[in-house]
Amino acid sequence: MKAVCWEGTNHVAVEEVPDPKILNPRDAIVKITSTAICGSDLHLYDGFIPTMHSGDILGHEFMGEIVEVGHGVSNLQKGDRVIVPFPIDCGKCFFCAHELWACCDNSNPNAAMAEKLYGFSAAGLFGYSHMMGGYAGGQAQYARVPYADVGPFKVPSRLTDAQVLFLTDIFPTGYMAAENCDIAGGETIAVWGCGPVGQFAIRSALLLGAKRVIAIDTVPERLEMATDAGAATLDSMEDDIFERLREMTGGLGPDACIDAVGMEAHGAHADYWYDKAKTMTFMATDRASSLRQAINCCRKGGIVSIPGVYGGFIDKVPMGAAFNKGLTLKMGQTHVHRYLPRLLQHIENGDIDPSFVVTHTVPLEDAPEMYRTFRDKKDGCIKVVMKPH
Amino acid sequence: MAVATEKRVDTGRFSGEPFGWQESGDRNGQVNVGRTERWLSMIAGGALAALALKRRTRASGAAAIAGAELIYRGATGHCHLYQALGVNRAESLAFERGTGIIADRGSDTRRRLGGRRGIHVEESVTINRPIAEVYRFWRNFENLPKFMKHLEMVATREEGISHWVAKGPAGTSAEWDARIINEVENQVIGWQSLDGSTISTAGSVNFDETEHGTMVRVRLQYNPPAGKLGSAVAWLFGEEPSQQVHEDLRRFKALLETGEIPTTAGQPSGRRTPGGWR
Repeated sequence: MKAVCWEGTNHVAVEEVPDPKILNPRDAIVKITSTAICGSDLHLYDGFIPTMHSGDILGHEFMGEIVEVGHGVSNLQKGDRVIVPFPIDCGKCFFCAHELWACCDNSNPNAAMAEKLYGFSAAGLFGYSHMMGGYAGGQAQYARVPYADVGPFKVPSRLTDAQVLFLTDIFPTGYMAAENCDIAGGETIAVWGCGPVGQFAIRSALLLGAKRVIAIDTVPERLEMATDAGAATLDSMEDDIFERLREMTGGLGPDACIDAVGMEAHGAHADYWYDKAKTMTFMATDRASSLRQAINCCRKGGIVSIPGVYGGFIDKVPMGAAFNKGLTLKMGQTHVHRYLPRLLQHIENGDIDPSFVVTHTVPLEDAPEMYRTFRDKKDGCIKVVMKPH
Repeated sequence: MAVATEKRVDTGRFSGEPFGWQESGDRNGQVNVGRTERWLSMIAGGALAALALKRRTRASGAAAIAGAELIYRGATGHCHLYQALGVNRAESLAFERGTGIIADRGSDTRRRLGGRRGIHVEESVTINRPIAEVYRFWRNFENLPKFMKHLEMVATREEGISHWVAKGPAGTSAEWDARIINEVENQVIGWQSLDGSTISTAGSVNFDETEHGTMVRVRLQYNPPAGKLGSAVAWLFGEEPSQQVHEDLRRFKALLETGEIPTTAGQPSGRRTPGGWR
């Protein structure tokens, strides 16, 4: 089969590789009909996540048709149309039982590697480094899905791939980010980053009852897409974000701030260059200017919600601001399974049509070019969906 | 397949230590209960536990807890109360030999494993399954190779005696016999190698119910013989024995909770030749 392989920093290639096989009783094989490039794949592309090995198959946002199931899977049949959540979950451990799906205790065969860096290992992920399990990803024609009796979620045929594909990651990720803001109705939420996750966070915050969402980015078409959703926008290259947010909230500050940027933040301020210098000299691993700004701008007693991915260490966290303002910080990989029935219902009701985010639909062969285009935010690129067959 | 064996040496000494019997001055520095007292603790603890199981009242619950604590201090030579009180009643063992009650009288594990030469490992894991199921799975030693990477097989020879075969480097293997020296259903299993075995080893596993599932606490002790065989045995436990046991327990947990051990071996990749990490 054909698969998109990581070959090194800034280098992916479409390779001919063996087809996946059932390896454990609870496995299934999915024939992939649609697969997306995620913003977090760019962290791999840019070499920010350790323990990648050349030849690793990328991709964790994929869906398709079940073509084979192991003898331990009784709730799926050949021909079922499913989306596959990006965290791999056993469904049996303490964490899965408590709906902390992204913290599954059993799904990472390389847990020892993650334990060295994080103390404890979270769930294994598709196509996201050996430290996160080393599982072959879904930017391919077929994928092996472990614990298939727990992960894959059946979707109705009346909805298109583009409408349901993002249930695998970015829609629940944006939704959890908004849910973490404890929206009771009437709040002002500021969102840093109007990439795909930011777009879903904006829409989810409004769905959950926020009065106003203020979206912050530098890319015109992304800000435009946020405006379409009903958000007010700020350009972080032009506006003094702190002052503007203060004005817009009557001197109070936003009730909650969402950092949908993560560890590769860009900025015009001194701290961006500070981070850049530190990461380039390996004195820090992640750039955190969005997170710092979110903490500084948040109102007293507010919440900073972090769906943006961080992998290692950040520097100059304004802990004094967070502490003295009594902030709550919430973060983590998304507990995707928790949100699926709810979000599918929203799609079926027509409350949201996730296909709005797609700007490019291409064959799998175009992956190398599309990784570049997406990273450089060229050609109006916000979300790439690839068709492997 | 080269089979590593060692000439049987019978020291003719008696010993009767439950596994984990540690001497004062050992690097763990945890033994603070005297020898006689340890045996008395074990016996009294067992009696209290038996009593508690017989009469299921609130008082018997307290007796069971007291019993478990006594068994614990007997098995480990460590008393939480003594530690809290700063009492150390462990006698110098150089001049004393206990009388074995449960343990195999023909073995002398403490002497062979004693001091600083032996390797001690203590690891624990919490499993989201009922205690009886976890206990039963482990008690059937023949299950152990399913999750202990370097064990090839364990065969039960007769009640309480088992034969262990471990894989060594380059197709070698090591074999030994072990006997159960301590067993309380759903609480503890202790074993040690018979005297004259290739490897002097002892182990115990404790089972405790917690709000997160069954906590399994494993203590292992072994003393590799010198020479080639010794290096085979050292290999068995790896350079970091506690990491090895940690990984074995992780597989044990996965197997019991999910029915399988997670793997990526055999999945596709675009690697043409095996290369190094990038």
